[in-house]
Formats: sequence, structure tokens, C-alpha cells
Amino acid sequence: MTSELQRERLAYKRSRSRRSTLVALLSTAVFAAAVGVTVARAPGWPRVRQSFFNVEIAWRSLPAILEGLWLNLRVLAVCGVLIVVFALVVAVLRTLRGPVWFPLRVLATVYVDLFRGMPLIILLYLVGFGLPALRLTGVPNDFVVLGGAALVLAYTAFVAEVFRAGIESVHPSQVAAARSLGLGRRETMRLVVLPQAVRRVMPALLNDFVSLQKDCGLISVLGAVDAVRAAQIEQARAFNFTPYVVAGLLFVLLAVPTARFADALGRRVERRQGGR
Amino acid sequence: MTEPVLSVRGVVKRYGDHTVLDGISLDVREHEVVTVIGSSGSGKSTLLRCVNLLEELDDGQVLLDGVDVSDPRVDADVARRGMGIVFQAFNLFPHMTVLDNVTLAPRVVHRVPREEAERNALDLLDRVGLADRAGGYPEQLSGGQQQRVAIARALAYSPRLLLLDEITSALDPELVGEVLALVRELAEAGRTILMATHEMGFARQVADRVVFLDGGRLVESGPPEQVLGEPVHPRTRQFLRRIIDAGRL
Ligand SMILES: Nc1ncnc2c1ncn2[C@@H]1O[C@H](COP(=O)(O)OP(=O)(O)O)[C@@H](O)[C@H]1O
Ligand SMILES: [Mg+2]
Repeated sequence: MTSELQRERLAYKRSRSRRSTLVALLSTAVFAAAVGVTVARAPGWPRVRQSFFNVEIAWRSLPAILEGLWLNLRVLAVCGVLIVVFALVVAVLRTLRGPVWFPLRVLATVYVDLFRGMPLIILLYLVGFGLPALRLTGVPNDFVVLGGAALVLAYTAFVAEVFRAGIESVHPSQVAAARSLGLGRRETMRLVVLPQAVRRVMPALLNDFVSLQKDCGLISVLGAVDAVRAAQIEQARAFNFTPYVVAGLLFVLLAVPTARFADALGRRVERRQGGR
Repeated sequence: MTEPVLSVRGVVKRYGDHTVLDGISLDVREHEVVTVIGSSGSGKSTLLRCVNLLEELDDGQVLLDGVDVSDPRVDADVARRGMGIVFQAFNLFPHMTVLDNVTLAPRVVHRVPREEAERNALDLLDRVGLADRAGGYPEQLSGGQQQRVAIARALAYSPRLLLLDEITSALDPELVGEVLALVRELAEAGRTILMATHEMGFARQVADRVVFLDGGRLVESGPPEQVLGEPVHPRTRQFLRRIIDAGRL
């Protein structure tokens, strides 16, 4: 049974929150109307609407672009898995101590420096066109595979650094505690350090994943027929830019769930670190 | 006379050109409780870490049941299984439940089947009064409860020797008692314990022997009433006077 006082307080809070919702709705509507009117009254708007937002062309180009997007998704899935695995290996190599590991440690460091600094588009050209030109046996000449390889090379360097930051954020006493229990170096890394490290960097990893989702569209520069390339073909056919807008919106749609998931996870991590 | 469980012989440890342990020798016999006292920075933690082989020695030996475990040819991971250690803080693995914390070493290191390991762990947790928290995570426990779980975890594979490094100094004052009560129980049950502590009252009541560490040397050693009551070395007296002034004795 709530007291009179508490009931009155709750009623007041409810009326306040109703008011805030109303204010939010109103200001959003006003803002949207202002943007709409400004754009619609712009002198070039009819032309822009015709060549970027043509519903009929959008509808016609959709199947080809969706088919291209399916390729992007497959590339994303395979690259995502490979990147996580390789990045973990590189990150662990970089944290190894002791002279035996010196060459591997140096190699990992050089790799990260090189591929983290290189513009992705240049890396795509080098791997996509340079590697097959060597005519080594065993090197594939499929642009999808080569493009994926370039993405893996670049993102592994980035993600490895995220993992390493996570590994180094685990307190040294945790390692001491594990070793004192008789766990070996490898078991300590696998069972104690990595699980904590991965948990801590999860939000950052998801952020990189969103970035990878859209960068998968860059394999189109090698000629792989993905969503971006399909849009380009449709654009050339119709002399209209609407297919690009369609492809762009599809990539955005793809990113939204991951982004919301990353937000939710970040909030949960914060809550867990905040209180008991 | 039987072999001591732990025998530290002339142990030297340096960090750079700072000699932290300058030839420490010390025996701990079976069922004996030895407390190490000394001001902050005197090398208590370093001594325990050296005994646990978490640090490499610069000279001297650590013998466990007569076996030189500081010999580089000895597998340190295997030698450590004869000892359990509890630190000041950050002992428990935050991503594992209390039960998994306690069963980790038995399962992974000693290959005990999960079911058996969990039965033993629940038994131990019951003894430290926390069986009902087995499914919870460390962050849901108070500092004192966490240290009790850490002790249960260190006992899970029946070590010959228990090393305790100021396990109460990171705790709120009202939580110190429950942890010390547990250590006292273990001592009374005949555990062999080497313990660094600032709790002089506890050392006086529970220890068989107190050793005073100063400037990397073992300055004074003997029964608690002697070292804490009638210290002969001026450094020991000075240290104890400071402790009394701080109201801790
Ligand atoms: N990893 C380390 N590197 C350098 N110096 C250290 C390290 N660990 C401890 N020391 C030094 O060794 C001395 C003894 O430290 P410690 O054993 O922690 O003392 P206590 O536990 O008695 O307070 C201190 O002067 C400390 O600064
Ligand atoms: Mg210490």
C-alpha cells in the first residue's frame, strides 16, 4: 500500500514525463519540416530528386544490388572469422616475453605497423593486382578472394592492437594468481587473460565490425561484382545515381543492428564496472 | 628431526641494482605457522613470491620437502602445486563463478573430473562459510568473502604449504576479523603456513614463530612473545614502536 504522498509524487512524475515526450515529438516534427522545406525549395531539388531518388529505378535495380550484397555478406562472414583468429595470434605474439620469441615479436610488430598505416585502397590494389602479377603458383586470381585477403591483412593489424590493449589491461596479479595455482603460461593466457581481455574490448571490436561491414564494399574496386559494383553497373545503364543511394542505404541498414548491439553491450559493461 | 616443509637458504633477489632480499634463510616445519613482519617495502611480498617461484632467484635455494625447487631444471609449474598462495588483492578471476574459481586448478592442472572437483570445492566453500555463494561471481562478494574464497581456492589441491601475503591489508577494518578467524582455524587444524602480516595481535596469538625483515635481511626471529615482547635488535624495537604509535598492537 503506497502512501498518499508517494501516489501524489508518482502522478507528478508521470505528468512530467508525458510533457517531455510531447516536447520531444514537437521539436522533432518542427526540425524535420524545416529540413524538408529547405531541401524542397532548393533550386536544384527537382533534378536531384530525379537522378538520386527515383523510385522506379530504385525498384528496378534492387534485385541486382541485393545479389551483390549477398556476396558482401559472405565476404564479411569469412573475413570476420579469419580476422578474429589471426588478430588473436598476432596480439598474443606481441605480448610474449623472453629472447626465444624475439624474432616473432619483431615480425608481429612490423606487420602491425605496416598494415595499420597503409591506406586500405592502396593495399587492395597491391594485393589484387600486384600479387597475381607475380604469377606464383597457388596464388588465386579470383578478385573476391584477393579483395578478402587485403581486408583480412588490414583489419587483422587493427584488431590485433585492440586485443593487445585488452590483454595488457588485465592486472598482472591475475597472471600471478593463475601461475601460482600451477597453470602453465598457455593455460593462463587461454583461461584467465584472454576471456577477461575479450570481454573488455567487445564494444571496440563491434565498432571495428561495423567498419568492416562497409569496407567489404571496397572489393568492388578490383572488379568483384558486389553491391557497390552492381550499383555502378545499374547506374551506367540508367544514367541515374539512384542505385548508389539504394546500395548505400542497404549498407546502413546492415550496420544499424550491430551498432545498437554495441551500444547495449557498452552500457552493460559500464553498469557492471560501476556498481556491485 | 624431520625435514622442514620449506627451507629457504641464502636467497638473494635484486631488481636492477636494488637488492631487495640479501641472503634470507628460514625454515618452516610441518604444522608450523611462521609470520613475517617488517615495514612496507622490506621485502615480505618478494620473499613469498620467490618461495612460490613467481620470481627468479639471484642466488640461494628454495627447498620444498628437501627438494630444490629453485633449480632451473625443475618444472616450476609442477613445484608450485605443492604450495598455495593468497595475495593482498585481485586474487579471484572475475569472469568465473566462485565455484569455477575453486575448481579451476583441480580440473585443469590435476585433471580431476568436474563432478568430483565440484564436490570437493563445495565442501571447502562450506568450510569457509560460503557454500551458498558458489554460483555467484566474485564482484557480488565483499572483500572479506573474496579473500575467504581465495583461501578455499588455494586449499583445493591440498598443498603442503600455504603462503599468505598480507591478505587482510586491503580490507575494510570490520572485514579483517572473519578472514583472520579462518586462518586461525587452519592453523589449529595443523596447516603449515608462512604468512606476511601487519596484524601483530594475530601474530602474537597464532604464530609459532615471528621473523622480522628489514632492509632485505632477516634481523630477528623467534617465538612471538620474544620478538614482539622483548625484541633485542634496535631495528625491531623501532619498528614495533611505530606500530604501537599507529595503534595496531
Ligand atoms: N617488480 C619489481 N620491480 C622493481 N622493484 C620491485 C618490484 N617488486 C618489488 N620491488 C621493490 O622491492 C622492495 C620490496 O617490495 P615488497 O617485497 O613488495 O615489500 P613488502 O611486501 O614488504 O612491502 C620495494 O622497495 C619495492 O619497490
Ligand atoms: Mg607486500
